[in-house]
Amino acid sequence: MADATTEEVRAAPTGQARQEGDGAARAEAPARPSPRARPEVTSGREVTLLVWRGDASGGSFVEYRVPYEEGEVILDVIHRLAATQAPDLAVRWNCKAGKCGSCSAEVNGRPVLQCMTRMSLFDPREPITVAPMKTFPIVKDLVTDVSFNYEVASRIPPFSPGPPDPDGKRRMAQTDVDRIQEFRECIECFLCQDVCHVIRDHEENKRLFAGPRFMVRLAELEMHPLDNLDRRPLIRGEFGVVMCNITKCCTEVCPAGIHITDNAIIPLKERVVDSYFDPIAWLGRKITRRPRRTPVTRPWSAEAAS
Amino acid sequence: MAEIETHDLDVLVIGAGGAGLRAAIEAMARGARTGVVCKSLLGKAHTVMAEGGIAAAMGNVWPEDNWQVHFRDTMRGGKMLANWRMAQIHAQETPDRVLELESWGAVFDRTPEGLINQRDFGGHRYARLAHVGDRTGLEMIRTLQQRAVAMGMEVFMECVVVRLLLDQGRIAGAVAYWRESGRFVLFRAKAVILATGGIGKAFRVTSASWEYTGDGHSLALWAGAELMDMEFVQFHPTGMVWPPSVRGILVTESVRGDGGVLRNSEQRRFMFDYIPAYYAAETADSEDEADHWYDDKRNYRRPPELLPRDEVARAINAEVKAGRGSPHGGVFLDIASRRDAEYIRRRLPSMYHQFKELADVDITTTPMEVGPTCHYVMGGVRVEADTCAATVPGLYAAGEVAAGLHGSNRLGGNSLGDLLTFGRRAGLAAAEYATGLGTQPKVDDAEVDAIIASSLAPFEREKGENPFTLQYDIQSTMQDLVGIIRTEEELRQALEELAVLEERATQVAVGGNRQYNPGWHLALSIDSLLAVSRCIATAALERRESRGGHTRDDYPKPDEEFAKINHVLRLEDGKLVLRREPLPQMPPELQALFEEDH
Repeated sequence: MADATTEEVRAAPTGQARQEGDGAARAEAPARPSPRARPEVTSGREVTLLVWRGDASGGSFVEYRVPYEEGEVILDVIHRLAATQAPDLAVRWNCKAGKCGSCSAEVNGRPVLQCMTRMSLFDPREPITVAPMKTFPIVKDLVTDVSFNYEVASRIPPFSPGPPDPDGKRRMAQTDVDRIQEFRECIECFLCQDVCHVIRDHEENKRLFAGPRFMVRLAELEMHPLDNLDRRPLIRGEFGVVMCNITKCCTEVCPAGIHITDNAIIPLKERVVDSYFDPIAWLGRKITRRPRRTPVTRPWSAEAAS
Repeated sequence: MAEIETHDLDVLVIGAGGAGLRAAIEAMARGARTGVVCKSLLGKAHTVMAEGGIAAAMGNVWPEDNWQVHFRDTMRGGKMLANWRMAQIHAQETPDRVLELESWGAVFDRTPEGLINQRDFGGHRYARLAHVGDRTGLEMIRTLQQRAVAMGMEVFMECVVVRLLLDQGRIAGAVAYWRESGRFVLFRAKAVILATGGIGKAFRVTSASWEYTGDGHSLALWAGAELMDMEFVQFHPTGMVWPPSVRGILVTESVRGDGGVLRNSEQRRFMFDYIPAYYAAETADSEDEADHWYDDKRNYRRPPELLPRDEVARAINAEVKAGRGSPHGGVFLDIASRRDAEYIRRRLPSMYHQFKELADVDITTTPMEVGPTCHYVMGGVRVEADTCAATVPGLYAAGEVAAGLHGSNRLGGNSLGDLLTFGRRAGLAAAEYATGLGTQPKVDDAEVDAIIASSLAPFEREKGENPFTLQYDIQSTMQDLVGIIRTEEELRQALEELAVLEERATQVAVGGNRQYNPGWHLALSIDSLLAVSRCIATAALERRESRGGHTRDDYPKPDEEFAKINHVLRLEDGKLVLRREPLPQMPPELQALFEEDH
């Protein structure tokens, strides 16, 4: 239907006088429906979604029947739901390609990026539940208040390099940065924070444990070949690395495939333990007199720093 | 005026992508009270999607490289329509900006000597893109974000500016709303820096996210500033074409930079059939020569797959039109048969991931299907090259929202350097302007009330236009009539359809309440989408030639007369007016760079 209408309208003469240099030539066009095709689903497929709707005061799962096409992801279906049935459905998204980490949610109970979760994973006869991340307070529908993460980030002392080489450049071997580059693949979707047992079910622990995302950040700084600060006192104290009990749930849900537990948290635990209890390291510190890096014992504060 | 949350600032930065954050960092470092507003959470801006790298003549891989060569590549890539001074500043200063990013914690890929590695890209004579695999944008935004956080930057997240405010023709602030609560907020600011990115959501097939609704372009236009070069929209040659849900998502040019080639359904490397005379001298004319170039750039010419984006996009378009496309209406991008799997996974990890997860395609064994996607707008706010100042006092623009650096076509890799270099300059100039201004300009309370009232109007209509439908219809008009190949008849028809859409936009209705309501948010961006769409169609109609990102089927060749002018647009009594502005003249020593035999 759409094609025929399109042809018809596009073939019609415009009948407009040419107006030099003045782009404001507004046509006296009658109000008419758009001549162009709209995104209609032709596959005949439909799915039942149970979407959590509500806000801080409460809410519940609401059932919707939504058509979908082959090759689509959950986020496409959520968008179609918004465009056709629930225009005020709150959902965050940006890149739609697994690069920005905005559309985190719990689909059938699993923390995932909606943009990377294909419909072909599900049995079309079963309803799919879509819920917000549980670890963070609800704002509305699928949107949660993730400010906890931004607050933790602001307390981490930033990268602190020494001066560059005399030619103004800095040198690091690729092999020495391979492991920190893995950590910098983090897209801050906060799914690891969502799934972490330490903070998911224990609000009070958010004061004591920074969560897997920030263990990754701390590991990156700790292992950076050019960084001059020693954050181990903070990693042990303020950021609470010892609270992690290595269940590896964070690693399992990481859409960037970062080996959070094995490559970040366990090495941090080892470094912290070594620096406190390893007699050889203790002796080494006594002998070398001056530590290579400046130990930081207080969390970062921009006001204090400036 | 009703009670409204109010913030007093020297410099308000709109947008927290690469340009916005770099601008804010500079303004704050210069002592200005600085605030950043952004529509999404911090760290999610469009910059995060940039893949290839930052073009900077650092000479780490090719010592022959220098700013003059980069300058020349940029000017030629933009078909000589770029502002020469911006291209010069960009080529000269970007290497320092990259090193600065490294000192703030960015971890670039390394050369064997331990320096920042640089990769090949279309239109760049030497391998000069500083990069991190194929996720350079993520590295850049995270680094700037972490720097801003460490400085204690005030960031207003999920906050959207609806109008700029003026006091006697100067910037006085902006009215915005919080997405979370739907409440309004007033920023009284001496200077505003627009760093809002592009207009991709005006098209249906696009690599852009929901944020790209041309906000900065329209805010500037409505505030009385001038826009320039709006006819030049870049269609990136390689977007995903299948499955339908990912149509338009970007496939980085690095695939070609790292050895990938384009083939049609007959397995022919068709780019050899589309080498324009302009680039013939420096482009290989046989597969053998092209394949040698990756290892020996001194003795061999570059493969035609690495021609500037406009050339490649047009070629793909022509192949598909001629019936030699792939099953889903694109062409094949093949790196599987050219590089080993380990190399592909190391150099292009996110592409590997993206195709595996979204299309079920293993790019180490199977060619990708790709086609053109709306990617970038070269046009934008007309600014002074050195300060990024727009034509309204106190208003600045940097990054994609500003015009001038890229002329009629942007080279891949020149965007990230643009963000850093001109972000910094805008921050510097805005801070200086704000400091020099002394008193805070006055805000007109009645105007603020009127802006709020009109923003809330969609809630008051019982029934009316669905904003999602309206956006789709705008996109369809632009995609079908103002897309990659244009004609006078279709452009006129587009302007007519836009007039109807503008009428319909006055009847947008939304339901629900003001709390985090995407339907309402979209409704508030419809005017902006329509404004930029009209600007693009208007400028495109007037440019009766083909150049860079603007291709006219009825005027298929470049025209000397149009080589001398930019199209400048502004509102006069609510009407869009276009004028021709002569190009600024390059000094003789730079002119000479184009006369030598290269």
